[in-house]
Amino acid sequence: MEVARTYSPSLPVVFTLAERELVRFFRQRNRVIGGLVQPVLFWLLFSEGLRSSDLGYTHFFPGTLVMILLFTAIFATISVIEDRNEGFLQGVLVAPVARWAMVLGKVLGGATIALIQALLFLALGWATVGQINPTPASALAATGGMALLAVALTGLGLLIAWRMDSTQGFHAIMSVFLLPMWLLSGAFFRQGADGWLGVVVAVNPLTYGVAALRHRLTPLDAEGLPPEPLCWLVTAGFAAVMLAACWWVVGREARGS
Amino acid sequence: MVRVSEVRHRYGEREALGGVTLDVAPNEVLGLLGPNGSGKTTLFRLLSTLLPLSDGDILVGGASVKTNPAAVRSQLGVVFQSPSLDKKLRVEENLRHHGRLYGVSGAELRRRIDDELTRFGVADRKRDIVESLSGGLRRRVELAQAMLHRPRVLLLDEPSVGLDPSARSDLWRRLADARDEGLTIIVTTHLLEEAERADRLAIMDAGRVVACDTPRELRSSVGGDTLTLVAGDADALADAIRDRFGGEATCVDGRVRLESRTAAADAAKLLSAFPEWITEVTIGRPSLEDVFFARTGKLFVGADE
Repeated sequence: MEVARTYSPSLPVVFTLAERELVRFFRQRNRVIGGLVQPVLFWLLFSEGLRSSDLGYTHFFPGTLVMILLFTAIFATISVIEDRNEGFLQGVLVAPVARWAMVLGKVLGGATIALIQALLFLALGWATVGQINPTPASALAATGGMALLAVALTGLGLLIAWRMDSTQGFHAIMSVFLLPMWLLSGAFFRQGADGWLGVVVAVNPLTYGVAALRHRLTPLDAEGLPPEPLCWLVTAGFAAVMLAACWWVVGREARGS
Repeated sequence: MVRVSEVRHRYGEREALGGVTLDVAPNEVLGLLGPNGSGKTTLFRLLSTLLPLSDGDILVGGASVKTNPAAVRSQLGVVFQSPSLDKKLRVEENLRHHGRLYGVSGAELRRRIDDELTRFGVADRKRDIVESLSGGLRRRVELAQAMLHRPRVLLLDEPSVGLDPSARSDLWRRLADARDEGLTIIVTTHLLEEAERADRLAIMDAGRVVACDTPRELRSSVGGDTLTLVAGDADALADAIRDRFGGEATCVDGRVRLESRTAAADAAKLLSAFPEWITEVTIGRPSLEDVFFARTGKLFVGADE
């Protein structure tokens, strides 16, 4: 018997999976609010609370942007855990779609949501804080940087979620790995801490994303940061490595029970 | 249409399938009947390509799951036990995404969505969010979705779980219609009364197919009617019957079971022989449960371990 049909065209697959993420997200208003309000709240509290230490709204702004990207990316990928065992993803896994198209659709969908939230926050900062006043070119570059970070963090989330069988496990990883990763990215502390903390900050790829945003958005606060080209290189590499790792892990897919 | 040969599967140390061979002809509804843990869900997951196949081979329309999974996938329509519909999306949105996953798009996709929703009687629910539909309607939307890309084989895992009796019989009527239109259907179930509606049944136990035939043939393969006796001491009664009359009297679950071609006469004989032991006698035509018992020596309901 002749069998001609094989893989479905990949572009519509990527598009349709990304579209699904976006539609789902905007239909759940509490997710929209949760992903944005919490970081704004943190931004207010940190900035007011640490004003005496000479750290203010400008200092915490790039870090808060990254926090928005991180939280939104995580919420977009945590659904994978249940989705693949008793939901929509089961259907995707038995459809004739290339695994890379599945990964790309999922990651681009999550990353787009994260980017939209971050852009809203960028607009808020621009409008309310005098020192956040990037040139149009810098704003555009920052948007590109946020897009790369969004892809990297959504990819990281997918990578973690894919191997998990419960959302509780994901929450554990989030508190012992993802939140510290954010705290130690220069988003919170000043750059150049001494000792082992400094080493952790230096090897954390997120450090370079936060720094790239500082260079572009709050250049007056950029003292002691890694050089800008290095920041961009590491951030782009972070995104590429996460995408490749997702493709590899999802493609391998030889899970037992 | 579908050929399963010598398929084995283990989860770590535990053997879930121990060499399953099955041939499914075009245009038939094959039921995979077995208690929980019999391996039917593992077989379903292998057939659907959700689990990678390590031992043996499965061919769908000539394509092997091992060497050409994409060709297998494009020929399958799969309905999972836990719905694969996105509950937050509208009915039509679900079908649209599904269509694109199978390479259908544009005007053709819109036309097919309308066709399939109409066929399954849910066209008026097109714009409803899936969450707001009843279980029976969701199953129908899922069937419409599974048929959207014109599969040749429909795979369903326990499709009637969570459905009320009328929705269940509606589902089976629609499966029969789909078969009449040329589909091959493989459906797993652990419900005996539902299994009667399949064209052919593969009965599974402990990772093996213990019998495979039409429900009628399977029933007539059991040697006659079934006599079930309830007694205070069933073990002793079974021994006494064997002593006095010979033949096969087995004791299961506090009851004595016998197969007999002259059940009514035997019942009278047994009642007069052991009047003080027997508290209840039942005579039954052989059921699929008796078939299961005859092939495995286990009661269907108690065979879960």
